[in-house]
Amino acid sequence: MDSVAQRLSAVGAGAALELRGVTRLFGALAALTDVTITVRPGERRAVLGSNGAGKTTLFNCITGDFPPSSGTIRFFGEDITQFPPYERIRRGLRRTYQISALFPGLTVQDNVYLACRGVSRGRFSFLRPGQNDALMHATETLVQAVHLTTVKDQRVAELAHGQQRQLEIALALAGAPRFILFDEPAAGLSPTERRELIEILTSLPAHIGYIIIEHDMDVALRVVESVTMMHNGRIFKEGLPREIESDPEVQELYLGGGHE
Amino acid sequence: MSLLQSTQLRPDASASAARRAFIRAWPEFQNPVAWLVALILVIMPLIANGFFLIEIFGTTLILGIIALSLMFLAGYGGMVSLMQLTIAGFAGYMVAVFGVSANTNISLGWPWWLATPMALALATLFGTLGGALAVRTEGIYTIMITLAIGAAFYYFTNQNWAIFNGHTGINTVATPQFWGVDWRSDIAFYYVILGVAAICYFAVQYVSRAPFGLALQGVRDNARRMAALGFNTNAHRIAAYAFASFVAALGGVLQVWNYRQISPGSVSVGACIDILIIAIVGGITRPIGPFIGALIFVLLRTFALDFLVKVGLDGNRFRLLIGLGFLAIVFWSSDGVIGLWERWRRRDASAGARPGGGRHG
Repeated sequence: MDSVAQRLSAVGAGAALELRGVTRLFGALAALTDVTITVRPGERRAVLGSNGAGKTTLFNCITGDFPPSSGTIRFFGEDITQFPPYERIRRGLRRTYQISALFPGLTVQDNVYLACRGVSRGRFSFLRPGQNDALMHATETLVQAVHLTTVKDQRVAELAHGQQRQLEIALALAGAPRFILFDEPAAGLSPTERRELIEILTSLPAHIGYIIIEHDMDVALRVVESVTMMHNGRIFKEGLPREIESDPEVQELYLGGGHE
Repeated sequence: MSLLQSTQLRPDASASAARRAFIRAWPEFQNPVAWLVALILVIMPLIANGFFLIEIFGTTLILGIIALSLMFLAGYGGMVSLMQLTIAGFAGYMVAVFGVSANTNISLGWPWWLATPMALALATLFGTLGGALAVRTEGIYTIMITLAIGAAFYYFTNQNWAIFNGHTGINTVATPQFWGVDWRSDIAFYYVILGVAAICYFAVQYVSRAPFGLALQGVRDNARRMAALGFNTNAHRIAAYAFASFVAALGGVLQVWNYRQISPGSVSVGACIDILIIAIVGGITRPIGPFIGALIFVLLRTFALDFLVKVGLDGNRFRLLIGLGFLAIVFWSSDGVIGLWERWRRRDASAGARPGGGRHG
């Protein structure tokens, strides 16, 4: 296939994620208008904005849950605009959902195992994994990393909310992620669980970049190096966390009117 | 690494770990009831005469296999397909068309060992194509599309004389005879059916814990998330239809060998719905459900007539009994007879666990 150098030259600046003029319409309503974003590999960025600002729609366009109405999306140089979601995921993109999207009828272990299997070969395998199956080991490691070892044989429907949020993150870490989209991972977590979440996010390997949607500024600004502010489906402002935090316009818009 | 090896060197630990893994993989080998049922099924020819052997138990197992294919799709895949009997019937027709029958103008006269694989392959293809249409829809629309395929096939067989011989169907279909055994003689045929049923049962059980089956359950629970984990969910659904079609086709081949004839009545819409009733009454959460449902259905179909006549009602109302039973099951146990059984066992176990302590299923 393409060499790394070839792929990098195709990208230009070598962006992990590059959105050009992405617009998404729902009927006559424009949920996203002409959004252009470039994120470097390994960059960690927060997307802020009030409800209805288009943050989750942005994620849905990037992962292909809803394709954009117009515009292009490049992932590590490759134009993925027309790809179905699973092709994007197989290239190293991951996401979590604002409302946990898990498999309630399966155990914690099976949930994580599916995530590992989804990004490797043998998705259609009719053979049960053996004792020394590499993916089983990867599963164990992931379950441990999100502190769910004690409940790994329980069905997900029986888990507490905080545990489901942790499992949600585990599913996004399976395989070899290159870029992750976290959609409000701290929603409904206790202060202790928030600390654990921050720990998980800050301890991710440096080459894994992410975008995080988070209303809790304490969480968001502590785990990112750049911030994109959205308003009414458009990019409103971009900058460093401290610039955004002290920006009077942002304060008025977001901190003032964010939770009506 | 050294830690790992030292634990593996202790034969005790590794043996018990292997045993645990085995039990996890095959829970039914733990269950004394399962061993008892298996034993009874194997020695059945010693207990039951020809009528019971084939008309009751053979027919139960055949209908169970066809309903098992629906259980696989509905229970693991969340796809209710009403065309499973149609696929089975298609396989039966193909056995009659490619094999030997009294309708020499239609049957090609192939030996059974050629006609049977051909029938299985064509029926699997037929079911997979039907599935490829059905997976574009969800819920009630899947039911409608598969029902439409079933109804269309029924009317087609009625009207097509060149291949399906219209409403008279194909008669006196030859059955396998080799190694000096007539495999349609009662006892031999019973073991053929039992063998195929056992293979289908264990295959479904096994696949449900293999990556393919787990992924199918993932698609059932949350298809959108499965796509966001890297799975092509539609391809998975179609593959599930292919697997289920093969199982249904096996049932269909056995069915045509059983009756030695096939006609549109065998693939009627009513018969399609019977398969749904069998699966629901038995329960679609586990592969044993369809077989339990089939036994109840066959017993009612066979004996309800005598029973109804005895109590002074019209014998042809046996479907009334089945319908009432169906209603009762749907009302009191949405997961069928095995759901009732599991709840009863859980209550029994929790009552027994407190004083005894050690009992564990």
